[in-house]
Amino acid sequence: MSRLEGAWRWIDDRLGVSDVIWPVLTHLAPRDARWYYVFGTATLTAFMLQVVTGIALALSYIPSTSEAYDTLQFITHQAPFGHILRGMHFFGASAMMVMIGAHMAQTFLMGAYKYPREMNWITGVALFAVTIVMAFTGQLLRWDQTAVWSILVSAEIVGRIPVVGGALARFLLAGDTWGGQTLSRFFSFHVFWIPALVFTFIGVHVWLVVRHGISEPPKVGDPVDPRTYRARYHEMMRQEGVPFFPDAAWRDATFAVGLITVVALLAFFVGPPELGKLPDPALLATAPRPDWYLLWTFSLFALLPPSWENYFIVIGPSIAAIVLLLIPLWNRGERSPTRRPWAIASVVAICLMVGSLWIAGIRSPWSPDFTAVPLPPAVVGATAGPVDAGAHLFYDKGCEFCHTIAGHGGQRGPDLTSVGDRLTPAQMTWRILNGGTNMPAFAGNLTPEQLDALIAFLKSRTAR
Amino acid sequence: MSADRPRGPCASGPRPPGLLNRKDFLAKLTIGVSVVGAAIIGIPFVGFLLAPFFDRRPQEWRAVGPVEGFRIGTTTRVSFIDASPLPWAGVVAHTAAWLRRDTTDSFIAFSVNCTHFGCPVQWLPDAELFMCPCHGGVYYADGDVAAGPPPRPLPRYPVRVRNGQVEIRTSPIPITT
Repeated sequence: MSRLEGAWRWIDDRLGVSDVIWPVLTHLAPRDARWYYVFGTATLTAFMLQVVTGIALALSYIPSTSEAYDTLQFITHQAPFGHILRGMHFFGASAMMVMIGAHMAQTFLMGAYKYPREMNWITGVALFAVTIVMAFTGQLLRWDQTAVWSILVSAEIVGRIPVVGGALARFLLAGDTWGGQTLSRFFSFHVFWIPALVFTFIGVHVWLVVRHGISEPPKVGDPVDPRTYRARYHEMMRQEGVPFFPDAAWRDATFAVGLITVVALLAFFVGPPELGKLPDPALLATAPRPDWYLLWTFSLFALLPPSWENYFIVIGPSIAAIVLLLIPLWNRGERSPTRRPWAIASVVAICLMVGSLWIAGIRSPWSPDFTAVPLPPAVVGATAGPVDAGAHLFYDKGCEFCHTIAGHGGQRGPDLTSVGDRLTPAQMTWRILNGGTNMPAFAGNLTPEQLDALIAFLKSRTAR
Repeated sequence: MSADRPRGPCASGPRPPGLLNRKDFLAKLTIGVSVVGAAIIGIPFVGFLLAPFFDRRPQEWRAVGPVEGFRIGTTTRVSFIDASPLPWAGVVAHTAAWLRRDTTDSFIAFSVNCTHFGCPVQWLPDAELFMCPCHGGVYYADGDVAAGPPPRPLPRYPVRVRNGQVEIRTSPIPITT
């Protein structure tokens, strides 16, 4: 026996690697597992990526409200590899959200939550919840102007909860208002408190995968029966099972490395999100938006009827949590998605809902367009007289921030490019003076001469 | 009680109920001592986490400019430092307000936080409107809701004039509940 072999045997004997780790690595897995089985490992890989890049970033990042911004600038523009590291951490977060969604959808659609893997699902739901919290707290650590307002918006959302709302808001802000403690507390949550939960739940979740085995691909007409499943599964593995490593693990490893490569390429070519202005709450020219995976909540609060908001904030997440946690109640019966139309319908519905809210959030037509400029003379069609005066008022009085004419302006209100064809001057006057649900009343804000000029301008807006 | 205790390696059959034997006592002692240890660590741990609830700082009056600097009928952005900020708070210790001077003596200090979900509102001087960039909330010059989802008018900070200076009282950020 060579010396190397002898050394290995000594280590193996003292540490018990062959006795413990090897059997776990080579435990029997279904022979016909497919590529869609990789998402769990992919999520775990994304998490490991976040831990490693996060630890690296913590070498330079100072979680102090007065210094964080400068350290972020340093990491992004000066520190060697800092640019890529920030990029990998950002795209890694995106990867994690996508992968956990894919993993959840796949295990749900394939009925892998059924007997005896109900607790796999429950711990998985807990992991989903803490992942969202990690995404939220992590986004805030990018301590620029958007982050500062994100904290306040979250405090306001949480403040709508009855009874405890005000206290929860103060808890998020770490006081009556932002202060020296706000960022350091979020740093502690993001780096210590929540990851402790994540590691714990991952530990239980992965232990359960080993305990119950990887679920076999579902077959139509082969329902789960708790009385017989365990025996059948073990028999199936005994006869047809393959060692997880390497017969199934190769897919996991390949996909995980592919994921990391994509993240690294995005980090290199696209780069991390550019830092906004200083996190100064007194700088008011800002349009705060959450990162893309939470953008759908931004749309939700824009499109929800305002009187529903308080109920929605409490009932929405509660119902989501209750529904998700109760899914394992249906722990027997068919697993194949072709026999479970409700499962398919719910996943499709959720994707459509979140997807359409996301697309709406990117356009955000409900926000006034503060970048609007006065209409060019070519559009106005006059350089003097009431039409020209009206065009100037259209901008000065703020109309253009919400209304579009010939492609210029906001989309909050109706397009007025050819309003002269649609409304009579009397109707226009009524609307301008009285406003509407989403339009201010300008009666106190326009002199009769100004109103005449505005009407003259709007009358001239006809389809040419 | 003794009937449903799990069998240890030296189990010797059911024991008569009554006095605590050594094994039970040691088990209870171990658990009890661990609970005490957890409490000793846990109380300051949780207490520090909940510190924001116990930390109340008195509000202060801040000067934002001389009275002559504000024209009647205009709304100006002013900023001031929060009450007793921590030394490392940096720029986050700033708070802004929209100061309106209606008449010679009457000032109103509006919070910049939209009552919908807190985004900062911008003042359009010619339109005499506050507009929120987030979900389309609009307020009139006096803070009343003009359009959009905000449930309440713009909150106001206490404001006074002292020794020719306009002063605004720091306040907790208004949270719409």
